[in-house]
Amino acid sequence: MVQAVVFAICAAASVAAGIAVFRVDSMARATLALLASFVLAAITLLLLDLSYLGVLVILMMTMEMMIMIVFMVMYMMNPAGLMPMTMVHNNRGALAISIGVFAVLAAGIFIVPWPDTRPGTPADPTLQLAEAIMGSKMLVMMVVGMVLFATMVATTVLSTDRGRYDRYGDDLRRSRPDDPIRGGAGR
Amino acid sequence: MSLEPYLLLAAALLAVGLYGALSQQSVVMLMMGLELMLNGVIVATGAFWFYVSADRPDGQVLVLVVVTAMAVEMAVGFAVTTAIFRSRDVDMVDSATDLKD
Repeated sequence: MVQAVVFAICAAASVAAGIAVFRVDSMARATLALLASFVLAAITLLLLDLSYLGVLVILMMTMEMMIMIVFMVMYMMNPAGLMPMTMVHNNRGALAISIGVFAVLAAGIFIVPWPDTRPGTPADPTLQLAEAIMGSKMLVMMVVGMVLFATMVATTVLSTDRGRYDRYGDDLRRSRPDDPIRGGAGR
Repeated sequence: MSLEPYLLLAAALLAVGLYGALSQQSVVMLMMGLELMLNGVIVATGAFWFYVSADRPDGQVLVLVVVTAMAVEMAVGFAVTTAIFRSRDVDMVDSATDLKD
């Protein structure tokens, strides 16, 4: 009973915070609203005996949102929230699509005959996960590791400034550098 | 408690995130929409693990993979924002076409 009440409160507040992300005018408030949505959703994970994963989501999202606030202040045009912020296109279409998707998903959730028998929860779900990723699921973790490494390389390439390969070509044989400003900006 | 309330929460989060991903013009706000969608997937996966297959670790491993996908999305999203901002001084999604070649 207490668990059902806690779930109802966290679920409603999580969805409300998610909606607030796209309603508030301040970038920092939008980021903190997203953080609130994540923390409340992670609490519902804690109710499922997923203590390690729930705490992991809370800690990871807290750090990510702190970084996101800094990026938003750097890049976006209304960090202080002093003016209304409505940078949307096809707002009505997006709203119709998302409500339609939710209706279809909700209908499917109620129509599908979910199994009634619930298997017993292991005494230590975290131990179950640890043994899995070090044993039967090690290949999954290795692939995830390769994806993370590729992400580091891709983000560095995307965010770095123009180098000599941009100016002189891949084989560095161009006689005159291909600069937006002759002689190179800042040289 | 049963599986349906958790799946409804996941569907609601996914729908809200889908609205953000489809409508927002800013790359960072688009990333927020994608993160909300992944949040819905995490809730659904955790609920499926608990109510359908708690005797096997597959659901927990899937949650780990989705959390990793969230980190990857954040990192690449910020890199794309940096690249677009350097060339156009705004972080609009439409400016991404200017980056080709």
